[in-house]
Amino acid sequence: MTILKNRLFWPAAILLALLIVNVFTSNQFITLQDGHLFGTLIDILRGSAPLILVALGMTLVISTGGIDLSVGSVMAISGAVACLLIKDLGNQNAVGSVLLIMAIAIAVSAVLGLWNGALVAIVGVQPIIATLILMVAGRGLAQLVTDGQIINVQSGPYATIATGFFLTLPVAFLIAMAAVALITVLTRRTALGLLLESVGGSPSASRLAGIRAKRITVMVYVVCGAFAGLAGLIYSANIKSADSIYAGNLIELDAILAVVIGGTALIGGRFSILGTVLGAILIQTLQVTVVSIGVPSKATLLFKAVVVVVLCLSQSATFREKVFGRFKVRASARTEVPA
Amino acid sequence: MTVMSPEPVTKHPAINPRRRVYRPNSKYIPILATLALLVAMYLGGVGNYRNFDQPSVVVNLFRDNAVLLVVAVGMTFVIITGGIDLSVGAVISLTTTLTATLLQGGWPPLLVLPLVLLIGALLGAGMGAVIHYFKVEPFIATLAGLFLARGLALFINQESIPIRDKIWTTLSDMRIPLGEHTRTTPTAITALTVVLIAAAVLAWTRFGRNVYAIGGSADSALLMGLPVARTRIAVYTVSGFCAALGGVLFTINSTSGHALQGTGTELDAIASCVIGGVLLTGGAGYVVGSLLGVLVYGMIGTIINFQGDLNSAWTRIVVGVLLFGFIVLQRLVTRRTR
Repeated sequence: MTILKNRLFWPAAILLALLIVNVFTSNQFITLQDGHLFGTLIDILRGSAPLILVALGMTLVISTGGIDLSVGSVMAISGAVACLLIKDLGNQNAVGSVLLIMAIAIAVSAVLGLWNGALVAIVGVQPIIATLILMVAGRGLAQLVTDGQIINVQSGPYATIATGFFLTLPVAFLIAMAAVALITVLTRRTALGLLLESVGGSPSASRLAGIRAKRITVMVYVVCGAFAGLAGLIYSANIKSADSIYAGNLIELDAILAVVIGGTALIGGRFSILGTVLGAILIQTLQVTVVSIGVPSKATLLFKAVVVVVLCLSQSATFREKVFGRFKVRASARTEVPA
Repeated sequence: MTVMSPEPVTKHPAINPRRRVYRPNSKYIPILATLALLVAMYLGGVGNYRNFDQPSVVVNLFRDNAVLLVVAVGMTFVIITGGIDLSVGAVISLTTTLTATLLQGGWPPLLVLPLVLLIGALLGAGMGAVIHYFKVEPFIATLAGLFLARGLALFINQESIPIRDKIWTTLSDMRIPLGEHTRTTPTAITALTVVLIAAAVLAWTRFGRNVYAIGGSADSALLMGLPVARTRIAVYTVSGFCAALGGVLFTINSTSGHALQGTGTELDAIASCVIGGVLLTGGAGYVVGSLLGVLVYGMIGTIINFQGDLNSAWTRIVVGVLLFGFIVLQRLVTRRTR
């Protein structure tokens, strides 16, 4: 029964069920081909990398009680900056230059995150509104950078971060996992995670306890921006072009969903990195599965809605109690607690 | 009734009796700030652009933003209870698609109208029930509602569907004269009516007081014996209904329906409420504030239109910059009163 009580049990169970469906519906679920792994499972891992990165940053922001709606726009800007600079390179295949350009794009994204963080922590604007500004204006900025065009690039090293393989695994997924490992170590092996949760629990109480709450708040938005920028690079490297309109469109909702599926409360104060990764992979798997079982792609959203409802209800302790509790003997009198 | 004592007992005796500066009630400060900035924007527009002082500029604000206005009213109720409704944009798209499809299929318009409004309200009620009874966070429950409604809309029809119905086209072309050179549309009148009704309900009815009480503290409201369940479900029903009504107004304005219509409206509505001084934490705010918030949004768009030489990228950036300036200004104005 203890495994049933784990809040990651239901997401994991649904993910497993979806993967089993894929085993039967896909031509090749997982095989070794051309020296690397190949198949639907690998596609899922590769495709989920941007969402994992964005959701990872979102987890940190949400753990401090905030929210970042601007991640999609930051993705668009980052991809636009990178493609613009790479296009101007004499040799687009120069690894050093491409790496430098990627660093610049991520730095730009981090600055955008700094802007969000400053608005939230220093000016004191509600996070949903503060980041709404960049969400609206950011896509305009990306359009300015690309001059309204779609910039195509032909850079081998750049494409590698989305489509390349290393040690038989997709590079994009490895990048995402490296980020996950970094954040996990930083938050669970140092006091940082505790500080984050403390700020999320009560900013003023943690400030009185001697924690620099504002600095921590700014920091999580910077990290979130940088990760969104990295996700934007992977997205644009995948299509080998900068698309300022569709890059990262509505990804903020998917990211928030991934965070919540992973058991992080939206009010802040606690977070689960592993849960977020699970949530992001679950969302990606769902999208792949819906297409692979032959449902028209326009029904994808409907499927997503059903899964969200099922997940939310199964995670709601009250729902479990009200629906399944009838079959059990009540151990103690239940008191009505308002939501 | 006891006889009133001739001298009312004041809690805080004036420190300096000579000082008689007018100080507005602090709860109205955000609204007054919004109003002042709206007026400043308007005067700025009048000073910079020809014909900005025409009355039609102000009147058209209501027509152009009728949908957002109605949606923001519903959102105000939800936000005051401390919740949030992300599904409104999707409900708009579902309503426009459904209305257009049913009308195209030859359904009687007088049946279609109540039907789509009912569907919007039921969707809202469903989300409210899930939020209250199963303690799912509003953000997530309404996010599911968003996916559901937009998924349904896309499932029904992905194309833009024209509406040829007599009633719809008549309403769309109808102009109500308000004065010389100034005419308005039935959609604007409807939106304004909704605002007035909602403001009255929130200010003067028991339901309105319950909404504020839940936003202040749901636990206290329950202990006081207020119908928390009924009220909470009702506000989401109101929001769903308003979103559906917004969708109907949209089909009247544009005589078409499209599943991608209304994308992002939820964020516009939330932003309007916040600009109008509705606290996202719940318990404070007025419908009039949201009205002013929508007008600010509309005024930004109007000024950009009058400027005329901005491409779509700049339009987004200017909206963002103005939103930023506005929020920071309001933040500075309201902070001083604390």
